[in-house]
Parts: sequence; C-alpha cells; structure tokens
Amino acid sequence: MQTDRVLTGILRAGALLAVLVMLLIFCFLLFESWSALTGLSIAGFLTDVSWHPLEGTYNLMPMLSGTLLASIGAIMLGAPLGLASALFIVFFAPLHLALLYRRLIELLAGIPSVVFGFWGLTTLVPLISEWQPPGASLLAAVLVLTLMILPMITITACAALTAVPEELFRNASALGMSRWGTIAGVVLPAARVGITAGIILAAARALGETMAVLMVAGNVVQHPESLFDPVRTLAANIALEVAYAMGDHRSVLFVSGLLLMLLVMVLSAMAGLLEERQQV
Amino acid sequence: MITMTGIFPASRLVAAKAVIAICGLIWTVSGAANAGPQRLVLTGSSTVAPLINEIARRFEMQFSGVRIDVQTGGSSRGINDVRRRTADIGMVSRPLKPDENDLHAFTVALDGISLLVHADNPVAALDKSQIAGIFTGDIMRWRDVGGKDARITVVNKAEGRSTLELFLDYLQLKNSAITPHIIIGDNAQGIKTITGNRNAIGYVSIGAAEYEVQRGAPLRLLALDGVEASEENVRNGTFPLSRPLNLVTASDPQGVIRQFIRFAQSPQVQDLIKAQYFVPVDAD
Repeated sequence: MQTDRVLTGILRAGALLAVLVMLLIFCFLLFESWSALTGLSIAGFLTDVSWHPLEGTYNLMPMLSGTLLASIGAIMLGAPLGLASALFIVFFAPLHLALLYRRLIELLAGIPSVVFGFWGLTTLVPLISEWQPPGASLLAAVLVLTLMILPMITITACAALTAVPEELFRNASALGMSRWGTIAGVVLPAARVGITAGIILAAARALGETMAVLMVAGNVVQHPESLFDPVRTLAANIALEVAYAMGDHRSVLFVSGLLLMLLVMVLSAMAGLLEERQQV
Repeated sequence: MITMTGIFPASRLVAAKAVIAICGLIWTVSGAANAGPQRLVLTGSSTVAPLINEIARRFEMQFSGVRIDVQTGGSSRGINDVRRRTADIGMVSRPLKPDENDLHAFTVALDGISLLVHADNPVAALDKSQIAGIFTGDIMRWRDVGGKDARITVVNKAEGRSTLELFLDYLQLKNSAITPHIIIGDNAQGIKTITGNRNAIGYVSIGAAEYEVQRGAPLRLLALDGVEASEENVRNGTFPLSRPLNLVTASDPQGVIRQFIRFAQSPQVQDLIKAQYFVPVDAD
C-alpha cells in the first residue's frame, strides 16, 4: 500500500508538471503577444495588404494557408504510403525482411529535421528548379515533410495493426475470408482508432516543423496559386524573423506562435471527437 | 499551551530569518552601488548591437569592474540617447549627417554586401537601375541584362535583417516594392540557395561571400557601378553598397568610455568582427 501511494504521488506530480509546462507556454505566448493583440487591430491580421512588419502591415493569413497546405499535402502523401508500409511489415513481408524494413523506417524517424532540410536545399530544390523555377516551393515543402512524417505514421500504424486481437483473425479464417478481405474488412476497421491517432500526431508534427521547411519552402509570404509557388509557414516565419525583430514586429511573431498552437489544439480536439464517435 | 509555545518560536524564527535576509540583500545592493562596478549604457542600431554585445562581453572579462548594458532601437535612438545623455555611447550604422557634427563618431567596422549569382551565369556586372528592375520585377529574364534566356529567381532577405535594410537604402526602395521568389534568413542559406540555382540572384555580406568563393563554391560576386565587390574595396570606401558601423559619443570620450571605444577598435576584437561577416577597419 505504501509503495502504491508513493507511486501515485510521483505519477500525479509528473502529470501535473506536464500540464503545467503546457499552460506556462500558453501563458508565455499570450503575455508576449499581448501588446500586439491589444495595440494593433486584430482584423489587420486577416485583412492587411501584406506581411511587411517594418511598414506596419501584418497579414498572417497567407502563412496560415501555407502552413495548412503544406501539412495537408504531406498527410495526403504520407498517410497512404505509411499505411502501405505498415501493412507490408505486418502481413506481407517475410519475417527477416519485415524486421530489416522496420529497422530502416525507424532509422528514418531518427534523422534530424535539419538534415532533411539540407538535403532538400541542396538536392531536391535544384532538381525542381530545373523543371519549374524557382524550385523552393510548396511542392518541396510537401515532399520533405512527407519523408519526415512517413516513419511516424508507419510505426504507429504497425503498432495498431499488431494490437488487433488474434481471435479476430481466427474468426475471419474460419469464415474463409481471403487475406486481403481480412485486412480490408476486419483488421483495418479494428485498428482504425490507432491509425488515425498516428496520422493526427504526424499532422501536428508537420504543422510545427520549422527548420526543414524554412530551408526548402522559399518563404515568400503569399497564397500559393500552384504547387510550384513558394510559401511561408507560421513556424518558419518565427524562425526567420524573431532574431532581428523588435517592438510590434516581435509581438506579432508571438501571435503567429499563438495561432500555430491554436491550430494544433483544434487538431487534437478533432482527434478526441473522432475517437469518441468511433467508440459509440 | 505546549503546542502554542511550540509554534510561536518557530514562526518567529522564520520572520527573523526573513528580516536578516532582506537586510543582507539591501546591504549588498547598496554596497555594490557604492563600490560601483562602472555601468556603461550603449543604445542604437540593431545591426551594430550583436557585435557590440560580443565585444562588451570580452571587455567585461578583461575589466571586471565594468558592467555594459547594450540596447537596440535603431541608429536614431542611438543619436538621441547620446544627446540626452541617457546613453554613454550610441551605436549608429551610417556616417554622421551634417547636422550631427556636434557628436564624435568612431568607426569600429564596415558592413558591405555583395550581389551574388551562380558561376555559370555569364552576367558579370549590373548597374543600379538594372538591379532595381530585377528586384522589383520589371526585368523578368536574364536576356534583358545580357544573359541567357531564362527566368530570374530573385532571392531576398527576411524582414529585420541589416543586409536588407542596407540594400533597400541603396536602391531607395521599400521592401513591399520587391517581388522575391525566395526569402532567406542568414547568409549561409542564401549562399546554398544560389549555389543550387543557376538563375538566381541574391545578396549577402561580402565577408561571407568571399569566404565561400575561396572555398570553391560556384558563385560570382557582381561588380557594382564598375567597382569589384571585395572586402578590400569596402575597406577603402570605393564599393557603393557599404556603410560604416560607428560608436558615437556626445563629447570627447574620457575614462572607461574611451577605454571601451579603443578596445572595440583594437585588433583584439577582429575575430569577433569577422565572425559576424563585417570588415574590420585598418588599425592605423
């Protein structure tokens, strides 16, 4: 009983600390962006002609669209690829190959984002620029982000697939279902919650990814008209300008941080809703 | 009763300890103010501030009795603060204007930027109006300035950087007039971007660009108004896209102020100046 109580205490303290850190960060962002939120017009963040903070125009919307488009693109590419990799590992690959493949994917997950960015800047961007200048573009950002979130989706999907109870397989084979029929009709629906959770985690990472995107996206503040137009994401905006920003400019950068955080919050709320609905 | 006496002395002890601690704190603070580590306040240009910050840290290490406070706010704040005596030294990233000759300026370093293209680009020089045309989107293809028939990729700097400020100042343009295709942060990113794109044009600090070219990067520094882009030409004042980084005082500097300015101009800090891609002034 004694150890139980101690353990509960430790766990409670740990949980409290985690929440506290999150709250502190939120308060900090709010505090730093307060002068912009009260001193400048909030409508300006939506309707100013452009983002030129030194000339007093602070439109954040192009960066919001850039962030969302890059992440959505990466999810659209990364989710099917990741799911396919996970299915391959769990159901189709011979044991030794599955193990090797899994290790490789895990290795991919361990590569620091700045390395992806550097590869993108020196290899991918010149390649695209030969085809459709200037090369640094939404497309480059989507491709680099896809590579970065692919291992995350694969690993979480793998875990979800292996967690499907053995008896479901037995029932399926007792019914004489084919392998693909079992996967499509039994396994995937059963693992749906885990797979979705993985994809949402990956989306959150894509939204917040900074260095790699900063290096390949071109960082021009505009609503992109095609995949080959450069974009700037909210996270890249902060990293690009915060070192030299003062006064209102600095404060608005914290507003873009706040916006990014709200975006991630909406995403995790969506995940929660989705989970609830599936359990009903 | 026993519990009362048990509690009372304890809380008294805490109170007494707090009083002692506060007294001690006040004593140390006032003592420090009396003994006086000398305080030096510098305000002004955000271009100069990061460099002066580094120099100040080294100065504080060598002269332990001095505390240096560096604040940014732009060159004009530096001038105003020095005139109102709220700062000991102002940091100003331009030459003094004629109506500012009541002040004393000391150049600690020079800042020069160079236009940069890929080495495969046949264009070797541009004049001011061509550069303005390219960066504002009036000139879209290299053919129009004597190059290949390819679309120009304009590489601009992120807002707030001093190189952007100097560049815009030279062209007499606002940043919103520029139509960039890629926006970069630091010099290294700019150099990598232009290395990887044969049709790009951008600008970075001259020190950074020369260093990369010496290391064999496929880049070309463009001559400007017929003057070759080099640290040498920044130092001798012929290169048009450059400016002095000055420390400014209201009167002839004395004591620790004079000491600090001397230190900032001495060879002891040249490595710090070069690390920020500025050009040291010849010590003569």
